[in-house]
Amino acid sequence: MKPGRLKQILLLTDGCSNHGEDPIAVAALARNQGVTVNVIGVLDDRQNEKPQGLEEVEAIAEAGGGVSQIVYQKSLSQTVQMVTRQAMTQTIQGVVNKELQEILGKDQTIEELPPEKRGEVVEVVEDLGESCDLEVLVLVDTSASMHHKLPTVKEALYDLSLSLNARTGANEFSVHVFPDSKRAIRRMIDWTPELSEINSVFHKLSSGGYTPTGPALKEALYAFAAKPVYDRQDGVDPYEETGR
Amino acid sequence: MKKLDVNLHKGDMLQGKWNGRTYTIIRELGSGACGTVYLCKDSQGEKYALKIGGDSSRVMLEVNMLKKFSKVQGVKLGPSFVDVDDWEVRGKGVYPFYVMEYVEGKSVREFMRGRTKDWIGICALQLLTDLDHLHRAGYVFGDLKTDNLLVEKARIRWIDVGGVTPIGRAIKEYTEFYDRGYWGRGSRKADAAYDLFAVTMIMMEMVYPKRFSKGTDPVKVLESKLHAAIPLKPYRSVILGIWKGRYSSAGEVTRDLKRVLMHPGRSGSSRRRGKRMASETSEVLAFSCFVMAFFGVSIFSFWM
Repeated sequence: MKPGRLKQILLLTDGCSNHGEDPIAVAALARNQGVTVNVIGVLDDRQNEKPQGLEEVEAIAEAGGGVSQIVYQKSLSQTVQMVTRQAMTQTIQGVVNKELQEILGKDQTIEELPPEKRGEVVEVVEDLGESCDLEVLVLVDTSASMHHKLPTVKEALYDLSLSLNARTGANEFSVHVFPDSKRAIRRMIDWTPELSEINSVFHKLSSGGYTPTGPALKEALYAFAAKPVYDRQDGVDPYEETGR
Repeated sequence: MKKLDVNLHKGDMLQGKWNGRTYTIIRELGSGACGTVYLCKDSQGEKYALKIGGDSSRVMLEVNMLKKFSKVQGVKLGPSFVDVDDWEVRGKGVYPFYVMEYVEGKSVREFMRGRTKDWIGICALQLLTDLDHLHRAGYVFGDLKTDNLLVEKARIRWIDVGGVTPIGRAIKEYTEFYDRGYWGRGSRKADAAYDLFAVTMIMMEMVYPKRFSKGTDPVKVLESKLHAAIPLKPYRSVILGIWKGRYSSAGEVTRDLKRVLMHPGRSGSSRRRGKRMASETSEVLAFSCFVMAFFGVSIFSFWM
């Protein structure tokens, strides 16, 4: 089985959207287009209680077929890579489940197989997760309350690229921020296999007083659609078709 | 990804849906993000460890690893695998679980209490011996940390092999303190050196039980912590060697560590440093001879 390419939007935010269209609806649209939406809610290390409005974090990820997590700044690095990986596994499992249902009947899922068979399927899912290509569009909320968290965000994204680049499959990242005065989002880093340039980003950011999460997600989805599809695999890697 | 929370109590009974074996819970042994481990007994009264809860595909991955690694090349590495099954609770759902050998031991910290610094080296040696077998089989341990170890009869045992990864693949699971990527000392691609780094951090933890974080300059923090750790002095050159990527196999580290343990006071580091200084001195001597000769010739020719 060929895993192909997985596409994800990773949204990092700390509050509720308060401007423009409903981000949950946009996330559902993204899922429909084959793009998974993951959301991480970033808390202040001093914050004791979960602030209002963070339920939205879970709702967006659920609609977007992805994974959500609310974390303190200090565990952001580990969470970002865990969420991305979990979402990959989840997507691949979804594909595998669909295949299983085609072979074994309507209600058959991985969970319902006997343990030995399940063990084999899980191994296949692992292999696909290791070898598939991955595109992650990172969308960072840079509204005022997020500002002092940006150094941690930067570190976490660098760490994410370190984790994912240890895989056999190829990766591409791109980083966008919102809000922006002109458009819904602003591209900070164009598609690149490594996030080592991330240190030069996030300087001179204007902060807006509102959080247009919905419009930002939609723009991110457009950015995926506008991405030039030059299939680097064709002709470059003759072993691709035979699988690894 | 379903996450199932189970809370079992003493006396609770589980029966497997597929294999039909019954287990009675005795007490909880520990719990983490990926499930809870209970001490249990089967119908014959035999004691085992039973893991339940957490994400079901992870449970299966752990079982796969246990089956593969309870024994490698005749050497016992992880706990022996006993059973895997589903527990069906009417109206609630299905909970996958697995059963393995119960390793009865002390935590590393408990074991080290009141022991001499020689034990730091001995524990490391035990870890390295097991790692060498695992590496030769084509795998790395991955998430190597004290939480995943127990000391049974003065011998370190692995109790969680869930992070075992084929060499060449990406490390999926790690704990920052033991992860070389976190410390800026390399990638998260599975190779033998990845585990070796974790071994040095376990040695560091024996001196700094509260551990420490990387700060703004991870490489510097690590080195200054090492230099401040008196009990680690004999092992310093080996640890630094691992950090600098000078070792590519557990066997090489074992060799150097044994040398330190066999000859206390005459550690490899001082000898090597001595040799290096001697060769530097001779180089300087040779160079100055050459310079003096050159000067001599030029002064001589100037006079002519």
